[in-house]
Amino acid sequence: MGDVLAFIEQRDGSPRGVALETATVASRLAESMGSVAHGVAVGGPGLAEALGGMGGYGLHRVGVAEHPSLAPYAAEAYARIVAGVARDGGYGAVVFSATALGKDLAPRVAVRLDVPLATDVTEVEVEGGALRLRRPVYSGKAFARITLDATPAVFSIRPNVFQPRERPAAGTVESVAVEIAAEDGKSRTLRFEASGGGHLDVTEATTVVSGGRGMKGPENWGLLEGLRDALGDGTALGASRAVVDAGWRPHGEQVGQTGKTVSPKLYFAIGISGAIQHLAGMRTAQTIVAVNKDPDAPIFNVADYGIVGDLFEVVPRLTEAVKALRVD
Amino acid sequence: MDIIVCIKRTPDTETRIRIADDGKSVDPSGVKYIVSPYDEYAVEAALRMKEAAGEGEVAVMTLGDAAAAEQLRASLAMGADRAVLLLGDAGTDGLSTAKALAAELEGAPADLVLFGVKAADDDQQQVGPMVATLLGRPCVTSVATFELEGGKAVCHREVEGGAEIVEVDLPAVVTVTKGAFDPRYASLKGIMAAKRKPLEEKEVQVAPARLRVDALEYPPERPEGRVVGEGTDAVPELVRLLREEAKAL
Repeated sequence: MGDVLAFIEQRDGSPRGVALETATVASRLAESMGSVAHGVAVGGPGLAEALGGMGGYGLHRVGVAEHPSLAPYAAEAYARIVAGVARDGGYGAVVFSATALGKDLAPRVAVRLDVPLATDVTEVEVEGGALRLRRPVYSGKAFARITLDATPAVFSIRPNVFQPRERPAAGTVESVAVEIAAEDGKSRTLRFEASGGGHLDVTEATTVVSGGRGMKGPENWGLLEGLRDALGDGTALGASRAVVDAGWRPHGEQVGQTGKTVSPKLYFAIGISGAIQHLAGMRTAQTIVAVNKDPDAPIFNVADYGIVGDLFEVVPRLTEAVKALRVD
Repeated sequence: MDIIVCIKRTPDTETRIRIADDGKSVDPSGVKYIVSPYDEYAVEAALRMKEAAGEGEVAVMTLGDAAAAEQLRASLAMGADRAVLLLGDAGTDGLSTAKALAAELEGAPADLVLFGVKAADDDQQQVGPMVATLLGRPCVTSVATFELEGGKAVCHREVEGGAEIVEVDLPAVVTVTKGAFDPRYASLKGIMAAKRKPLEEKEVQVAPARLRVDALEYPPERPEGRVVGEGTDAVPELVRLLREEAKAL
């Protein structure tokens, strides 16, 4: 097939957690094909120093393009650089993580390479020397097995689905030529504005505590924040469409068909009835827990464990119990 | 302020998807089709920008079959001025779709080309930025809200943990997500007027699809769950199960 190229996403000059997933998938794919995996990273000056660890996830080489104008995400410049590396290296596959940046960048790279793109892939297999991908469609109501009839095969992987795996490789960091064009300046990232108090994004979390209309009002969210804090690192808040539409929670927390699709290890649905559009966003969670006072709520059909009861009593009790576990 | 919005005909989000006998497509019987929800936000954004400018035109465009005229009329009913139906089938290959749209848009001067961030069927989230790259126009994706200020658009782009504020020079491409642009309902007057607004149909060449769906499958059935108990008394047992059985805590 040819070697595999992983795009290493960085934030504030360091590789993001998802980059370990991308590297793992690239190196596993390269292994199945009898080739090697490389990485490419783009960012501001000093990025190269932060990439030493990428060898530990199977990358033989990491190309780094550094320039002050590349420190904030600059879509067309990033696309030009990544496509250039992909083309010059004759790679057989290029892998991105389907983050906000990855979903913006991969299509532009695909156009430059004139190849189709598979977004948000949840399974990567090699069958008879050919790449077979699987991805959710209709907001996860179905899965499509797809083939890409082009080289390189360009795809992005859904975050939090592929476990990073350490496998030692050289990880030699090399410089990549930076090409900036005048028209890159037509789009300028001015600043980042945090929402939700700068907490972990729901798509990056291993545990999600999600609230619905049963919460009765935005003033009650402290209850869920308490459970989130008790569950510790890697936990984020989610929300149903109803509470986002009501203005109680920001859209960035919305899980469901017109929100985010998440695949955490553990999903708490608190005061959420379980409309089909919400289920579409969370039904691939490993373990689902529902708390609802209505025993007929559809959420109980998809939950692994349920408690029928008043969430205003159950959630604090649950938070206590989780805290007690942590202390042990 | 001339804006073109690209929309897609997709199944209603309430639809229970049934896989057709060929094992690789969706059974269309009983399916109600709509304008993909994110595309509606884009149409709304276009209408508001035109209204704020006090002049200009909003055109809606789609690549699809004859049935997609229904969705174009729905957008005309919201207030768009004219529609273009490109008759062609790109299958599930976003790049083929993008090339067909870009070929049309190339000759059409527009300050803004808008897309929904993704289509509610394929969820590929790629056609908008692909069209922008093909046209050589700057593009900002997943924009919850934006304002026009003297030849630029200032966009709030949704990213993990918040928003990036991105300024882009017009002409530009923006893909719109849920946020400020809650779509208006078409009035009866709008629906009647839509029937008389221009809807041009043209056959277009579409590059062969190179992304192939070999099979569609239902998601794996979840094993049957259980209600552990009622009220706070059930909490200790729940925590025990999460720890020992699910190994989730």
